[in-house]
Amino acid sequence: MARMKFLCDAERCIECNGCVTACKQENEVPWGVNRRRVVTINDGVVGAEKSISVACMHCSDAPCMAVCPVDCFYRTDEGVVLHDKDLCIGCGYCFYACPFGAPQFPQAGAFGLRGKMDKCTFCAGGPEKDLSKEEFAKYGSNRLAQGKLPACAEMCSTKALLGGDGDVIADIYRQRVLKRGKGSEVWGWGTAYGKPDQQKAAPAGAKS
Amino acid sequence: MSGVRKLALAGVALLVAVGLGACGERDQVTVYKQGKYQGKPDSQPWQNDPSASLYTSSKWGKGDKTGWEAALKSRNLSQNEYTRAE
Repeated sequence: MARMKFLCDAERCIECNGCVTACKQENEVPWGVNRRRVVTINDGVVGAEKSISVACMHCSDAPCMAVCPVDCFYRTDEGVVLHDKDLCIGCGYCFYACPFGAPQFPQAGAFGLRGKMDKCTFCAGGPEKDLSKEEFAKYGSNRLAQGKLPACAEMCSTKALLGGDGDVIADIYRQRVLKRGKGSEVWGWGTAYGKPDQQKAAPAGAKS
Repeated sequence: MSGVRKLALAGVALLVAVGLGACGERDQVTVYKQGKYQGKPDSQPWQNDPSASLYTSSKWGKGDKTGWEAALKSRNLSQNEYTRAE
């Protein structure tokens, strides 16, 4: 199996925040912590507004792993970046290192004291017994151990947010873009769609 | 040697031992090893019994990696609505 990845199609995202809600509900994420959020640029500008759902991207060469002073991060065989909350000291280095702002810190005291880091787990739980109460309390739901994909991606009503095996979702995305005839401007062509000579001309009035 | 002197000597020896014990130095630098980390080991998602969860819809045998991958792939492919609509 290839690496697990998220891919958000900005042409399809309608900023409904369904993914954010699904994540909150599935993992019972505490108040003040957002493992996933929707970012919108050019808000309100007709024709120029784009939204994208962002969470931990489970980097292949994760900067959070590199900077952690207590070495509490690990990567699973499926390419999911997880961490051990028993080891985390809540220093916040990972937050500064992450280009996506994925690491979140719950307030642990009356004076804004940082708690242990919390982030998207790709619904893969953490280093506790699979599907146990301890795992759920610390890391949230372990859907991968149930043969399911992350709740955010499976809940997405427009299927803007795709999650799963990187090769499979790239194929789905490539087929989608070739079918609708546009969208290469959203992400890099070479990354998502293959060679430029396979590109079809955009039909007149093409919609996502 | 009187008993009092012996006791005093023993007391001094104990004090020296305790005092010097605090001077010990522990390595405070994290040792990184490729593929390893300092935390607890995690189990593989296919190693658990899927029937252990109330809401498992996919079926595979405990420890059956291929079956688990197939279950995941079918859900993965179902994200493509073009294959469902046509």
